[in-house]
Amino acid sequence: MNARRPAEGAETPRSTYREALREGLREALRGDERVFLMGEDVGRYGGCFGVSLGLLEEFGPDRIRDTPLSESAFVGAGIGAALGGLRPVVEIMTVNFSLLALDQVLNNAATLLHMSGGQLNVPVVIRMTTGAGRQLGAQHSHSLEGWYAHIPGIRVLTPATVDDARHMLAAALDDPDPVVLFEHGSLYNEEGALDTAIRSVSLDSAAVRRAGTDVSVITYGGSLPKALAAAEELAGDGIDAEVVDLRSLRPLDDATVTESVARTHRAVIVDEGWRSGSISGEISARITEQSFYDLDAPVQRVCSQEVPIPYARQLEEAALPQPASIVAAVRQAVA
Amino acid sequence: MLLIRRFEERCVELYSAAKIRGFVHLYIGEEAVAVGVGQSLREEDAVVSTYREHGHALARGVPTQAVMAEMFGKATGCSRGRGGSMHLFDAGRRFYGGNAIVAGGLPLAAGLALADRMRGTERVTCCFFGDGAYAEGEFHETANLAALWQLPLLLVCENNLYAMGTSLAREHAQTNLAMRAASYGMPAWTVDGMDVLAVEAAARRAAESVRAGGGPHFLEARTYRFRAHSMYDPDRYRNKDEIAQWKTRDPLDGLEGILRTAGAVDDGVIKRLEEDVTTEIDTAVRAAEAAPYEPVTDLLRFVTSTPGSA
Repeated sequence: MNARRPAEGAETPRSTYREALREGLREALRGDERVFLMGEDVGRYGGCFGVSLGLLEEFGPDRIRDTPLSESAFVGAGIGAALGGLRPVVEIMTVNFSLLALDQVLNNAATLLHMSGGQLNVPVVIRMTTGAGRQLGAQHSHSLEGWYAHIPGIRVLTPATVDDARHMLAAALDDPDPVVLFEHGSLYNEEGALDTAIRSVSLDSAAVRRAGTDVSVITYGGSLPKALAAAEELAGDGIDAEVVDLRSLRPLDDATVTESVARTHRAVIVDEGWRSGSISGEISARITEQSFYDLDAPVQRVCSQEVPIPYARQLEEAALPQPASIVAAVRQAVA
Repeated sequence: MLLIRRFEERCVELYSAAKIRGFVHLYIGEEAVAVGVGQSLREEDAVVSTYREHGHALARGVPTQAVMAEMFGKATGCSRGRGGSMHLFDAGRRFYGGNAIVAGGLPLAAGLALADRMRGTERVTCCFFGDGAYAEGEFHETANLAALWQLPLLLVCENNLYAMGTSLAREHAQTNLAMRAASYGMPAWTVDGMDVLAVEAAARRAAESVRAGGGPHFLEARTYRFRAHSMYDPDRYRNKDEIAQWKTRDPLDGLEGILRTAGAVDDGVIKRLEEDVTTEIDTAVRAAEAAPYEPVTDLLRFVTSTPGSA
């Protein structure tokens, strides 16, 4: 899927990101009896962020499986169940909590296929919330998807639109290898038009969400609405920004980024992760490696400030990329 | 047991000759556990193991040649040279490694058991781990989860009294491991891990109870490694008298004594067994020596199923 264009005559009902995720889960559970969902409070509670609300009633406690607060055990059990022929979807409440299961993700899920000489596929999907913006403080708000993108052997997805929220899960479940899917917490209530003409999405390509000619704003996940808002503001000043939604942080779709930069000659990367050692640094390096002679200005980055995300609203807002900081970076790039 | 013992003794020689590299953790002294437990399992069952797993792999029926070739890092190895001593795999025999993160195999084993439970099979997953793993959170999380969900999981704790160089009493506030496991609501008992017949009887009882729907069971096998933790370990933390004392309880000698008393073996049979095992290991070493290495051009193969997808 690239630039999204509703097919002629297609209905475009509204959906929240949360509802779209739930429909994706429902479809997967209906379509394949090997699929099941497990995690903390996914069943009776309805999911910590309400994504799985109602699924317990439809699919029962075997397939909508509440777990104890044992991230390592239930993520590892998801990996083991995948080895055993099932298609588990494991939900972790937030990326900060996923650190308790990092051993299983890195040392088992990402490693088993290679370490076993190609014998053991791990078709598990691990979903988790990421990101800040809800005044939840430093232990519920970080953006560590860039860390996961460092790991060979897993696919890292960051749905940012309702269509991707609706369809990425099915594609992830079709992948014979482990997939980690990051849902940005500030997107759950975002509403958008769901394109009913879309039946499936590719996981391999980034998408141009707004075509433009003056600068490429490259982003993903929860920063996409901010980048689009910034682009609108810039348009008022006659700066036509292209917005690229990476969609996948591993593998990265270099071609879409390279093509965009070849057209615009300027790049601004927006990433809610900390700047040092971040995915934004990786993207910047690749642009330098692959598009150096296309560039008319240094690559700019808009990242989170290097601070544990604070609670107070004004501090949290100051710590994160915002439309205003994106606008400022773009102005510098096109100056 | 004899094959495992002689296989590992040969590994020591090959390590000294620099044919085998990396960390090599010998199981010498603990063979009765792998063999006794292995006898209690069926072909359709699954085994998850540790980094001290040569014995588990051989007892599971992973071919000697495939294990030896893996030690050599050859393409014919059971992990195509990508695993080495600590990461032996055989999907066909449901042998899921070879996990070198202490306790890291436990959640995986619970998942295999969960899949079997959800699919309505009567299979058992057996997970080996040590007294060191028992101190890890992953053990306790898995024990709770398995008991909560009544998973068909046989937890076999090989208590060889040392987590690398740290003795049991220096790592556990309460050293009665079976009693603590029982507190999770699962049957748990202890067996003499130097007595292969006792291990087999205890494991069979546990495995059949698991298979019959009795939920997870915990078996503590009290055992001892006669060699150091790994080939790098100077073994400064153990008393020579203690090692000598445990060696008087060598599981191979124990079984041989029982068989001789019963008239089942004599010098001739023992000699033939030794010759057969030597031939099997010689053949495996020759095959490993002759086998090709994986080409470096295949370095990135198997990182993902579809090249370049992640």
